[in-house]
Amino acid sequence: MSTEVELTYSPKDYKSDQYVRWCPGCGDHATLNCLYKAMAEIGVAPYNMAVLSGIGCSSRLPYYMSSYGFHTIHGRGAAIATGVKTARPDQSVWLITGDGDCLAIGGNHFIHAVRRNIDINVVLMNNKIYGLTKGQYSPTSDRGFVSKSSPFGTVEDPFIPAELTLGARGTFFARSIDTDLSNLTDLFIASAKHKGTSVVEVLVNCVIFNDGIHKTITDKEYRADRTIFLRHGEKMVFGKNKEKGLVLDGLKIKAVTIGEDGYSLDDVLTHDAKEKDPTLHLMLAMMADDLPVALGVIRDVEAPSYDESVASQIRDVQSKSKNHSLKDFLLTKDVWEIK
Amino acid sequence: MTEKTKVKTLEKVVIRFSGDSGDGMQLTGTIFSNLSAIFGNDISTFPDYPAEVRAPQGTLSGVSGFQVHLGSRKIFTPGDKADVLVAMNPAALKVNVKNLQPNAIVIIDTDSFQKRDLAKALFTTDDPFDELGLRNVQVISAPISTMVKDGLAEFELDNKSALRCKNMFALGLVCWLFSRPLESAMHLLQTKFAKKPAIARANIKALTDGYNYGHNIHASVSTYRIEPTTFEPGYYIDVNGNNATSYGLIAAAEKAGLTLFLGSYPITPATDILQELAKRKDLGVITVQAEDEIAGICTSIGASFAGCLAATSTSGPGLSLKSEAIDLAVISELPLVVIDVQRGGPSTGLPTKSEQTDLLQALYGRNGESPLVVIAASTPTDCFEAAFWAGKLAVEHMTPVILLTDAFIANGSSAWRIPDLEKYPSITPHYATSYKGDDWKAYRRDSETLVRYWAIPGMEGYTHRIGGLEKDYVSGGISTEPLNHQKMIYTRKAKIDKIADFIPDLKVQGDEDADLLIVGWGGTYGHLHEAMEILHEQGKKVALAHFKFINPLPRNTEEILKKYKKVVVAEQNTGQFVTYLRGKIDNFTPYKFNRIKGQPFIVARLVEEFTKILEA
Repeated sequence: MSTEVELTYSPKDYKSDQYVRWCPGCGDHATLNCLYKAMAEIGVAPYNMAVLSGIGCSSRLPYYMSSYGFHTIHGRGAAIATGVKTARPDQSVWLITGDGDCLAIGGNHFIHAVRRNIDINVVLMNNKIYGLTKGQYSPTSDRGFVSKSSPFGTVEDPFIPAELTLGARGTFFARSIDTDLSNLTDLFIASAKHKGTSVVEVLVNCVIFNDGIHKTITDKEYRADRTIFLRHGEKMVFGKNKEKGLVLDGLKIKAVTIGEDGYSLDDVLTHDAKEKDPTLHLMLAMMADDLPVALGVIRDVEAPSYDESVASQIRDVQSKSKNHSLKDFLLTKDVWEIK
Repeated sequence: MTEKTKVKTLEKVVIRFSGDSGDGMQLTGTIFSNLSAIFGNDISTFPDYPAEVRAPQGTLSGVSGFQVHLGSRKIFTPGDKADVLVAMNPAALKVNVKNLQPNAIVIIDTDSFQKRDLAKALFTTDDPFDELGLRNVQVISAPISTMVKDGLAEFELDNKSALRCKNMFALGLVCWLFSRPLESAMHLLQTKFAKKPAIARANIKALTDGYNYGHNIHASVSTYRIEPTTFEPGYYIDVNGNNATSYGLIAAAEKAGLTLFLGSYPITPATDILQELAKRKDLGVITVQAEDEIAGICTSIGASFAGCLAATSTSGPGLSLKSEAIDLAVISELPLVVIDVQRGGPSTGLPTKSEQTDLLQALYGRNGESPLVVIAASTPTDCFEAAFWAGKLAVEHMTPVILLTDAFIANGSSAWRIPDLEKYPSITPHYATSYKGDDWKAYRRDSETLVRYWAIPGMEGYTHRIGGLEKDYVSGGISTEPLNHQKMIYTRKAKIDKIADFIPDLKVQGDEDADLLIVGWGGTYGHLHEAMEILHEQGKKVALAHFKFINPLPRNTEEILKKYKKVVVAEQNTGQFVTYLRGKIDNFTPYKFNRIKGQPFIVARLVEEFTKILEA
């Protein structure tokens, strides 16, 4: 009888020998540390992991992990990750990207990766600014945002990453803030377990060029009232004492105080991340202004993954074919013999 | 056979099938080529089709042609001018006037040569032959549409479906003209329409009717016999360049023990490669039809990082889009085959026509110092060899390789002997596991070849990080050190230059003591070779040096180019290869021959120009 040795890893096993060069206080540090912890928990060997990225501050992350890493070119990470995973479905493939890399120059590759539902884990660090080029507005910057390239404020509306993900028929979307370390680690674990493209948007702070951009939701004094952490199967409640809840009012979501205006806990919605219809997921993901910003796993539904479908189609064709080599195949064509 | 019909034995003949782009001329031409090849002739084909899928019916812009050259000896080109033209409508006749031998046989469907049809093709009189000055051609006029409809009366086909068979009637006539038995054509039709037996029967009926018509009309034209040629024994198929390219990649993957991966985006005239490889799941080929050209190459780079023999296929505009990603493969030193099936440019240019205008783009069209391997295929069947070499050099030397073919050889076809892969050289991936030292790093190199070692996800003990930033020569980590950068630039260049030790020397064909050396590269080989043969027949001393390996050049390039009194570099651009050669070889001042019409060279013109140079 063989004895199976269970390999266990600790977060430090995923650290490379490279000095981490992000600015002190940058939200990317927290994201990286949560990734180390999540990896150890998942237990995937560093040599069975490929961590890909594009260009930008966040895209430096692969250098800081002890896995196979590839720091590629601007915006193309999703396409390169698609190639890695399709070629090697047995590997754990991660795409590290930022709001500019993923949603501006890489927008096309991102939506198509999501549409195909290739089993990659996308970590989208959104600081609503171009940091590496020193402070231009990004495709997630709000209308009117003043930056070096929009001195009078932008005149364009931003992409909401969740809206784009769901619009591209995404099967997994989660959102977190960089300061919520334990939840962020859990979201990475959930994204790794999901078969298909999982997008985890991390709202990160850029201390140099966009300090405090997420302050209105991340600050301790407002956080409980301005965010809601969604958990599958649980009531959608929030507030310091979980005294508030979300209900449906016609076709709109409304925040209510439980016990007021005739609302009881029974009226409060229960989160179903596994519901195939994305309508409510989209409404939750788009909450802003008077409604709390949704955090946690907003959507997590099952669907065939691209890499598995490619592999199974090949297996299927091969099981029915007598061709094992190029020569076998060529001899099935209109062949004539010359003696 | 009637007494009036004389049988002539010819060495070679050129036949052009021409009609509306919906008339099925490509299928007709393909079947005739295949059955001729099966009969034992050597063949070379050239499909010439419009960029529009369906241009307005009967108009000059909608004419689609398929030319086949067959012979009882080795055939190098699809031929300059047609000995036989099948013109399904007046537009087809008009478009092909310049492609006709003076005494050619022209087969026309009189039903589609009515007033209305003539007007659509912008004829102003009732006699198109006279109007075009075609006074010596032999015309076989047949009411093809009517006879096809009558012949298929019992088949219960609607009018449109019945008329679709008229191309097979024309094929039957041509088969009669060349004394071709119909069996293999019938077999090919049965295979083609295996799922529609009624359609197969109707086509075969039209084919037979056409043959019998020729036999019965007592046509006073000559019929021809092309004797079978002598081929090397073996099993043969008819193959076009794009399929041969696909098979070459499969062969390389098979030899290397790697999975073949193709990331690609449809683009004329390269799409066939994606389509063929998508079908080859039986051989384990992975294809991804990407969202754009950039993703096509990027998925391939990902697959290469993950350990596949990775390729991407495209044409000129797509190559432009892939430039940045090719550079990523250059600096990360990953194996990658980039196939550029050249077409007319610039921009969208002439999508269905052929040119050699991407050479300098392939060599230099990227930011920074970006050396890579460039190979060019010379004939449809040579696409197999060239693709095999591309795969071999990419994997063994950890580099992107650009393989240049062109629309002419990609769509053209020839008889091809199924190769014995056992006789091909081995392909050994340069895996990290073969590194001898105990301090492996991602950019450790073989001291001889300067090739770095390939470590792929899943290999324990070899995790590493690579990327588009400059690397430290020793550790492989990010480095901005000035001296290190210069060292890396020269190392990447030296790695490619050293590949010259692993490719064959340039071979010269023709006269040792030639007065003129013809120099070419890529898809012009057939025309240049045929021009040389004609010059030989005229007693001239000429030789041909045709390049497959462009970067690096074969070691003996300079020695050969300097050996002859006169050299002419012939290419389908304004002189890109000659510019490149002059940058490599001091005091090299050859004659130039350049044509950029989107069409293959015309052999007669080459002979004329080369004769002038000889006499100069």
